[in-house]
Amino acid sequence: MGNEAQPQDATASVDFQEVQQTERFKTLRKRHRSFVFPMAVIFLLWYFAYVLLADYAVAFMSTKVWGNINVGLLLGLLQFVTTFGITAWYVSYSNRKLDPIAAEIRNEIEGHQFDKDGNVIHGGAK
Amino acid sequence: MNTTMVPAVEVAALKDTTLLNMGIFALFVAVTMVIVFRASRNNKTAADYYAAGRSFTGSQNGTAIAGDYLSAASFLGITGAIAINGYDGFLYSIGFLVAWLVALLLVAELLRNTGKFTMADVLSFRLRQRPVRIAAALSTLAVCFFYLLAQMAGAGSLISLLLGISDWGGQALVIIVVGALMIMYVLIGGMKGTTWVQIIKAILLIAGAAVMTAMVLAIYGFNLSSLLGSAAEAANNPNILNPGLQYGKTETSKLDFMSLGLALVLGTAALPHVLMRFYTVPTAKEARKSVVWAIWLIGLFYLFTLVLGYGAAALVGAETIKSAPGGVNSAAPLLAFHLGGPLLLGFISAVAFATILAVVAGLTITAAASFAHDIYANVISKGKADATTEVKVARRTVVVIGVLAILGGIFANGQNVAFLVALAFAVAASANLPTIVYSLFWKKFTTQGAVWSMYGGLAAAILLIAFSPVVSGAKTSMIPGANFAIFPLSNPGIVSIPLAFFLGWLGTVLDKRREDPAKQAEMEVRSLTGIGAEKAVDH
Repeated sequence: MGNEAQPQDATASVDFQEVQQTERFKTLRKRHRSFVFPMAVIFLLWYFAYVLLADYAVAFMSTKVWGNINVGLLLGLLQFVTTFGITAWYVSYSNRKLDPIAAEIRNEIEGHQFDKDGNVIHGGAK
Repeated sequence: MNTTMVPAVEVAALKDTTLLNMGIFALFVAVTMVIVFRASRNNKTAADYYAAGRSFTGSQNGTAIAGDYLSAASFLGITGAIAINGYDGFLYSIGFLVAWLVALLLVAELLRNTGKFTMADVLSFRLRQRPVRIAAALSTLAVCFFYLLAQMAGAGSLISLLLGISDWGGQALVIIVVGALMIMYVLIGGMKGTTWVQIIKAILLIAGAAVMTAMVLAIYGFNLSSLLGSAAEAANNPNILNPGLQYGKTETSKLDFMSLGLALVLGTAALPHVLMRFYTVPTAKEARKSVVWAIWLIGLFYLFTLVLGYGAAALVGAETIKSAPGGVNSAAPLLAFHLGGPLLLGFISAVAFATILAVVAGLTITAAASFAHDIYANVISKGKADATTEVKVARRTVVVIGVLAILGGIFANGQNVAFLVALAFAVAASANLPTIVYSLFWKKFTTQGAVWSMYGGLAAAILLIAFSPVVSGAKTSMIPGANFAIFPLSNPGIVSIPLAFFLGWLGTVLDKRREDPAKQAEMEVRSLTGIGAEKAVDH
């Protein structure tokens, strides 16, 4: 086959479709997607709004706010702030909502709870 | 502050520092060579050579990512762009940074959990191996080629500035030396050696930029507003603080900027050499940590370039920068000389050289891995090649790519560096990103969709570039004499990226074959839980 990304021995006997159907996995998938998709849409919209403003609303972006600091510079710096903010938010969300449940599922699979019938590996996981 | 008279003296003085510059660079090469030799002792398996035994920590890898990503285009190109075009240069860096959120949220961890060495591992996971792997490998090689070309072209202009070599033959000779050094690093050190070069270079680069930023701000009493005022005054143009100086000239150039913005923000998470870095850490959690470190370091660095760019505009002056050997790219080195004399110039120059070496090394190992692992091992010898042969093929490929990079660098010498990188981003965003996203998140996605999207995106991006003003029809074109530029934009992203997404969808809905639902289930479970992911190599 030449597929080096194929499962290794440890997971060769796992019925992944069964795992996929479990409530726990569905929860994990839902938690992951309900965070990353809306967040991706939000930051992309905000970025393109900023680019459009810089492209087509030059007068607005050139408005001086304080000294030589104009709206364009402030909005640009705000892009940095939101990028840092979303990063920190995602890390804390993953630590709280994604990592624990992913670890639980991993332990269950390694504990052979989802082995295909007749293909059970005996002996405990490493 | 009137500085228009001083810089002429500065440019002349640059020539006297050639020996010092070379000395500092030689020191960097010597130190990194020792580290690369030491790191290469454990290069036994394919996982060692391609993925550094998956033994780096998240913070180390994050620093290496920053070292890989903050190329000469970022440092020299963006500082120069801000110095000359003001705000529009800053816009560039924002796209480069925000793009990391795509990598963080949608790609890094899932990719680490499902792949082994290359981007193609992930893309072909649940689709038919041969067609998808070949397509992914070809687009990897194309992206690496554009990016390499940009870096090597940058080497040419940097050399002319730092070593005072202005004739074409002399520059070509130095490009050959730089290329040969890079080949040695990658041949001997593999991914481990390459990673250490990138880490050291990232630290030096960010520290150097931080020192210069502090010096510039100190001159203006740590008042950003008065720095900006002085830059506008020196440029004799208040619009340097406003958007539009470079991209606001015509409706076409405005559209071109939109296209560039799209390519920058969607391209990063699809750059094969960035993706490959995620395999050098032991777990998905460390991959996440890598991206977080990278985002902080890269963000910080781009904030520095804002100060440095306007600092160069205020203290060195746009006219001096443009007339210096190396043109726009000379803004940062000239500013270093202004601030700290020959010693700081030597340091910054050596760092810039190191930057090119580190980035080129990262690209070369990615391209070599893709050729050896995807095309040779999985397609030509159908998975029967053993790891030793595969690594041997990878090493030979390194030499071939190195030679091609040298030739390309000599040919592209003098092109605007930041701009060529933008083209690499457009190809990555068009050919790779749609398939990455579809195969990770769309259950029904099929082989035909992947193949249509990758070849369609790749062909569209490359053809549009070939028929754009970048190649012909303008004064700055690669072939200035000819004119076959029927596509008006210099960045193809705005057409090629949506087209590739559309083709991925169309190819899938028209596909009569269905993919194996068991493989889809396996990929989804593995990507989210990390079960069965490649472990670190134990030495």
